[in-house]
Order: sequence, then C-alpha cells, then structure tokens
Amino acid sequence: MPNIVIVDLGTGNLRSVYNAVQHVCVAMPVSACVCVSDEPAVIAAAGHLILPGQGALGAWMQQLNADSALRAAVLTRLQRDRGPVLGICLGLQALYAHSAENGGTAGLGLLKGVVRHFSERRGDGATANAGGENSLGGVDKIPHMGWNRVRHTRAHPLWRGIADRQRFYFANSYFVDSEQRSEVVGECEYGGAFTAAAAQDNLFATQFHPEKSQRAGLQLLQNFVHWNGGL
Amino acid sequence: MALAKRIIPCLDVAAGRVVKGVRFVDLADAGDPVAVARRYDRQGADEIAFLDITASAEERDTMVAVVEKVAREVFIPLTVGGGIRRLQDIRKLLNVGADKVSINTTAIERPDFIREASAYFGNQCIVVALDAKRVVNQANQANTTSPQWQIYTHGGRNATGLDALDWARRMVGCGAGELLVTSMDRDGTREGFDLELIARISAAVSVPVIASGGVGNLQHLADGIRVGGADAVLAASIFHFGEHTVQQAKQFMAAQEIEVSL
Repeated sequence: MPNIVIVDLGTGNLRSVYNAVQHVCVAMPVSACVCVSDEPAVIAAAGHLILPGQGALGAWMQQLNADSALRAAVLTRLQRDRGPVLGICLGLQALYAHSAENGGTAGLGLLKGVVRHFSERRGDGATANAGGENSLGGVDKIPHMGWNRVRHTRAHPLWRGIADRQRFYFANSYFVDSEQRSEVVGECEYGGAFTAAAAQDNLFATQFHPEKSQRAGLQLLQNFVHWNGGL
Repeated sequence: MALAKRIIPCLDVAAGRVVKGVRFVDLADAGDPVAVARRYDRQGADEIAFLDITASAEERDTMVAVVEKVAREVFIPLTVGGGIRRLQDIRKLLNVGADKVSINTTAIERPDFIREASAYFGNQCIVVALDAKRVVNQANQANTTSPQWQIYTHGGRNATGLDALDWARRMVGCGAGELLVTSMDRDGTREGFDLELIARISAAVSVPVIASGGVGNLQHLADGIRVGGADAVLAASIFHFGEHTVQQAKQFMAAQEIEVSL
C-alpha cells in the first residue's frame, strides 16, 4: 500500500496538500495511506515524501533545525536511493544553500543556486499597465501572485499529461536562480526567467502550488504518487 | 508569456449560507457555498473569495466549516474575509484550506495586526480590504480635477478620516501582500469600477491590486485591468445571476488582448 507522508514543519497550509493528494489517491487502483507528520520515524518510513511550506523560509528552516532527529530523518530521506520526494514552494527553496529571505537564510544545499527576491528585478517605470510587466521586463508587483505559464526545460515523468506552457498557481516573492542547468525541469517568466521546477534523482520540487492549480496540479500530484523516483 | 490577470467571483456568506441571491436556474441549492464554489471552479475561476457577513462571533465557526468543505473538492486558491480579529482566526482558516485572508476593520483599529499577521503567516496570504468613498464638498460634489477618497468601515457608513492612497501605502508598508479595493460609491450600482480610484492605488503600491465594486457587464471587468491597471477583478452579481460565466468573461477579456488563463 503506497504510504505518502506530508512533512509538518508548522508553517503553511498542509490541509490543502493533504486534500489534493487524497483526491488523486481515491482514483488509484490500490488504496493509499496519506498522513501529515512531524515524527522522524514516520518520515523515515515514508514511501513518498512531500515537503510543503508557505510563508517565510527562515521560520521553516528554524523549525527543521530545532529538532535534530527530525532534521536527520528528512535529510536521510532526501538521499538519492530513498524514494520519491516532492518539494512545494519553500520545499523547493530549502533545497538551495542560501536564500536572501529574513536577512539571509541557510538552506540544505542539495541543489546549486540561490534564492533571490523579486525586488532585484524591479522595473524603473513601476506604473500600472495591462501587461503586468513593463517594457524593460522588470516586475512591478510583488508577490508574484496568480497563474503563470511553466515551460518544460526537460522531460520528466512528473510532466506526463501536462502540456508545455501549462499555467500553475504561484504566490511567491522569492525565486530560485539555478546555477546548474541540468537541475531545472521547468521555467517561468516574471521580469526574466526563474526556476519553476527543479529535479535531481528522486527529488522533484516546484515553486508553484500543485495543490491549488486545479486539473494540471492534480495531474502532477497523480504523476508523483505513481513515480518510482527514477527517470 | 506573462502572469494572467485573475477573475475572482465573490460569495457573501451568512451563517454558512450564500446570501444576496445566487440564481443559477439549474443549481438545486444555490444557497450552498460548496455547490456554488464547485460551479465557479468548473467555469474556470482563478480564485474564489468568500465574505463572511455573519453578525455574531458565535456563528464565525460556520465559515471555517464552509471553507473546510470547499477545500476538500475545489483545488484553486480560496480567500476568506469578514470578522478576522486575531492571529488565531487566521490560523483556523488557513488550517482548513484557505489560502488568503482579507482583513478590513481590524486593520483600521489596529494597523500593527497586519504587521504581526504578515510576519507570522507570510505576506502572500494577507490581503487588506479597503472600502473607499470619494470625498465630496458641502454641496455634495466631488472634486473632479484632483479627486480624493476616504476610507470607510461598516459597509460605507463610518468615515475614518483616512486618505485612501495614504492608507494603501501604509498597509503595504505593514506587510499587506495584496489590496482588495472596493469603491463604496460604485458597490451595488452596476455602473463599473471607480477606475480612477483603482488606477491611483495600483500606481501607488508595489503589491497586486484587486478591483471591486460596481461590475455590471464584461466590459467593466476588462476596463478594471486595462484602464484601472488592476491585477485581478472581483465580481459577484454578474456571475451569480447566471448572466455570464467566468469562462465568457475570460474570452471577452482575451479578445481585448488581456492575458488570462483560459
């Protein structure tokens, strides 16, 4: 029986992730067990692990670092041969070594790149216009809030049944600036390209919220619960 | 390739029931917020807003139950407003599946509440709702050359003395992640948004602005984006009465070269 564990780090809306995963599991031929947990033993035993997070990365990392057994369980589970992991929002940003959030926050450093604030891309003509981005390509509204297109930069089992340039729901002020092209699987455009999804071995992580992205989001979650962590 | 402008149907809910008549002829129970939300989800709504107009605090928990039920089957962002006074109220709603809360009166009474809420939950889930009305002189005339707007509470009954633009900037400074701007002059009139108000606030702040109040036809929605510079448009009656579907609104806007999620 598939055993899907959603890691609870005390921040953000875990119920929505739970609801959406439960929704796709109902349609599965075998019944799945979906749970939300912060217990190291439960996390260590997870078949599929989901690392969601909303709000501030600093608080999220603090929560993880405060409990050494929890941190060890999550880090072990993130290792290459330990089964599929899906990061969502902060669950993507935390995979990088450094974020500009909260005056500088250290992440897990599993992927190569940094997390920046969109104000670095602020246009100089911050006036209202129909495009939402000014002619210089700068952003004038932060957070980046709403439905934006995700371009597939490489094939991945989790893109199955999802069109290239499909829209997903985003709500982020910080974005991942990847330094390793091969880790990027999806890109989004907001005053320039940023990493919408990254993947490496058994890891797949999105900046957008699949649990709030209607049909396309549910398709991605369904692909995840069917994924064995390989290519 | 750009971020889509959002269309947000808004439901007024009292004691767990949709009020201000939703009139889908083919919907068995148009008072059921779950059924109505499901309908808007299928029509392609980008988000759904719920405004709890319940008078008593005891009945507030019915809103939590409504959100919980909707979030089990509708997988798009949900914004909930009305009667939010404590961090605990926000936590309850987020924990059952709301994505954002909108705060109006409490922000005026205690601006620091926005600072606390934003620091605690992240500014992406804190929407500040502004009810603004044009300032008129003793002859009841608005200044047309340099108009001003004042912030009101209690559905436009109580003036606060706050200038709308100053207040908008101040709330963003406190950590509002989005502003929901309603013109009390236009609300319920079906004459269209107060586009000047929307445009001034949109230009004055760095966060997304949702235009609200006065939508009577699809051109009004398009004008909110093209003329008002809003990032999202909110409407109730044109969708509730089945005059237009959200999908039709999006096609109408797309035909005017507005980026929408079709």
